[in-house]
Amino acid sequence: MVDLSPLWLTVQLAGTTTFFLLLLGTPLAWWLANTRSKIRPVIEALTALPIVLPPTVIGFYFLILLNPNAPIGRFWVDITGETLTFSFTGLVIASMFYSLPFMVQPLQTAFQAIGRAPMEAAATLRASPINAFFTVAVPLSGRGFLTAIVLSFTHTIGEFGVVLMVGGNIPGETKVISIAIYEHVETLRYAEAHQLAGGLMIFSFIVLMAVYTLNRRFPVHVG
Amino acid sequence: MSVKTLTLRVRLPFEDHTIDFKESIPLSGIIALFGPSGSGKSTLLRIIAGLENRGNLRLTFNGEVWTDTNAGIFLPPHKRPIGMVFQDDRLFTHLSVAGNLEFADKRSPTVENPITMDQVIEALDLLTLLNKSPSTLSGGEKQRVSLGRTLLTQPELLLLDEPLSALDIRRKAELLPFLEKIPREFGVPAIFVSHAIDEVARLADEVILLSPDGHVSARGPIPEIFDTQEMHDFTGKFEAGTFLQATVTAQDANFQITTLDFEGEVMRMPMVASLNIGDRIRLRIRARDVAVAISRPEGISIRNTIAATISEIKAEPETAFAEIIFTVGTQSLRARITRQAVDELGLKVGQEAFALIKSVSFDRRVMISALG
Repeated sequence: MVDLSPLWLTVQLAGTTTFFLLLLGTPLAWWLANTRSKIRPVIEALTALPIVLPPTVIGFYFLILLNPNAPIGRFWVDITGETLTFSFTGLVIASMFYSLPFMVQPLQTAFQAIGRAPMEAAATLRASPINAFFTVAVPLSGRGFLTAIVLSFTHTIGEFGVVLMVGGNIPGETKVISIAIYEHVETLRYAEAHQLAGGLMIFSFIVLMAVYTLNRRFPVHVG
Repeated sequence: MSVKTLTLRVRLPFEDHTIDFKESIPLSGIIALFGPSGSGKSTLLRIIAGLENRGNLRLTFNGEVWTDTNAGIFLPPHKRPIGMVFQDDRLFTHLSVAGNLEFADKRSPTVENPITMDQVIEALDLLTLLNKSPSTLSGGEKQRVSLGRTLLTQPELLLLDEPLSALDIRRKAELLPFLEKIPREFGVPAIFVSHAIDEVARLADEVILLSPDGHVSARGPIPEIFDTQEMHDFTGKFEAGTFLQATVTAQDANFQITTLDFEGEVMRMPMVASLNIGDRIRLRIRARDVAVAISRPEGISIRNTIAATISEIKAEPETAFAEIIFTVGTQSLRARITRQAVDELGLKVGQEAFALIKSVSFDRRVMISALG
C-alpha cells in the first residue's frame, strides 16, 4: 500500500496557506481596489511577481531569507527553537508568497466591480466602514472569494519548485505530494507514482467539480 | 418642532470653474437646489452627506460642526443623521427588499417617536414588494424602496439627489406623489437636487438657484424665484412663466372642469379630482400660453379671460417677441407675444387689457401643487 501521508500533508499545507492568505490578501486587495496612492503600482507589481518568476527563484530567495543565519530565520530560531528552512512553517510562508496573486487578483477584481456606490449607500445607512465591508462588500464579492480560495488552494497543491528549495524532502514535515511523486519517479517506482498522481488528479477534479456545482446552485449576486 | 439650520461654505475647484458656495439654510419643507448640469449641485449634496471631502469646506448642522477643513474636523458619513436617496437606487442586490429595509432599521439610532417599518411600508406601498429581490423591481419601485430604507435611518435631513432623473415619464409620475408627501408626512426636511424645472415646481417650497459656475444666483420661495430674471435666464424664454395662487370654487363632474377664483376673476381648468372646494392651489402658466386682447373678446373658445393692468412691456429687439407683464390684484402674469402685436394693438404700460389663457395650458401633472 502506498504511503498516503504526502497527500494529507499537501492538503494541510494548501489549507493553512489559503487560510492565512485570506487574512492577509483580503485587506491588501481591498486597499489595492480603493487606494489612490502613488505606490499602488509598486505593490501591484510585487503581488504579481510570483506569476512570472520561476518557482526556483522564489525558493532560492526564501532559502536565503529564512535560513538560520539570516535575521528572520535567526529570529524564528530564537523564539521557537526551530528553523524555518526545511520545516512546515517555512513552507507555509513561502507558499503564501507563491500563491499571493491567486488570492489577491480575483478579490481585487471583485472589489473593483462593486465600486464605491454600495459602500456609500451603506455609509448613509449608518454602517461603519468595517461593518459595511462585512455586510455589503463581502456578500457582494462572494464569487470573487470563491475563485480566490479555490485558486490559492489548488495552486498551492500544485507547487513543486518552491517546496523543493525551501522544504526539501522530510517525510511528514515537507514531503508533499508533488515531491513524493518526483521521488517515486526518480527511483523508478512507477506504480506508487501512478497511485499518488492519479489520486491527486481525482482529488483535484472532485474539489473543482464541487465548487462549480455549488457555484451554480447558489449563484452569488453581483452588481 | 424647531427648524434646524444648515450652514455650508464650499470652495472647490470643479471641472472648469470653482464652486464658491456660502449659504445658511433653515431646514423646513423641501428645498430645491436647482441649476444646470455641471454646476456642482450633486457635489454639494455629497459634501453635506460626508461622501465628499475635497476643497475648502465648512459645514455645520444645527450649530454642530460636521466638516471644517481648516480645523481638520470631519464627521464620517455614517455618523451624520442624514438620509440620502441617490440617482441610481443603490439597493443591496444580495438582500431582499425587506432585507434592505432591515439593514437601515437595525442600524438606526434610538429616537423619540421613531419612524417604524410598518409606517414606511404603508406610506410607500411596499407590502407586495417585501419578499422580492431588488433586481426584479421597476425603476420607480426601486426608488420607493430606497426612499423607505432611508427613512428608517431616522434622518434629521433627507438628501434627494435627482431621484427621478433615471426614470421614464410614467415612472416619474408614479414616484412624484410619494416624494411630494413623504418629507411632510414624516416631518423630515429635504434638500432636493434637480435640473428639471417641472420637478422643482411640483416638489419644492424654496429654491436655491445655482448659476452654471456654481454660485448662488437667486434664492427664495418658489413663486417669487420663478419670476426672477435669473430663473428666466436659466430656463429660457420659452419655458418662462409665472406662478399664480387660486382657490377652488367648484368641481363640475359633467364637463370635467375645475373652477377657480383668481383675484376675483373666474378661471377654469380641466378637472383635478383630488381637489376640494376651498383648496388653495398653485398654478404655473407659461408666458407663451397667454395671449392679449384690448377688449373682452366674444365668441371665443378660450375660457379664461382675465382683466388685468399692463405693468411692464419688455421688448426683445433681437427677436420677434416681447414680454407683457400684467398685474392682477397682488399677483402677476406674463404673456409672450410678438413685438408687432404690441405695436399694432398700441399696448402701453398702465393700460387695462385682457389676458387670454388657454384652458388646456394648465398642466395638472406638474404645475399644480396643493399648498397645504
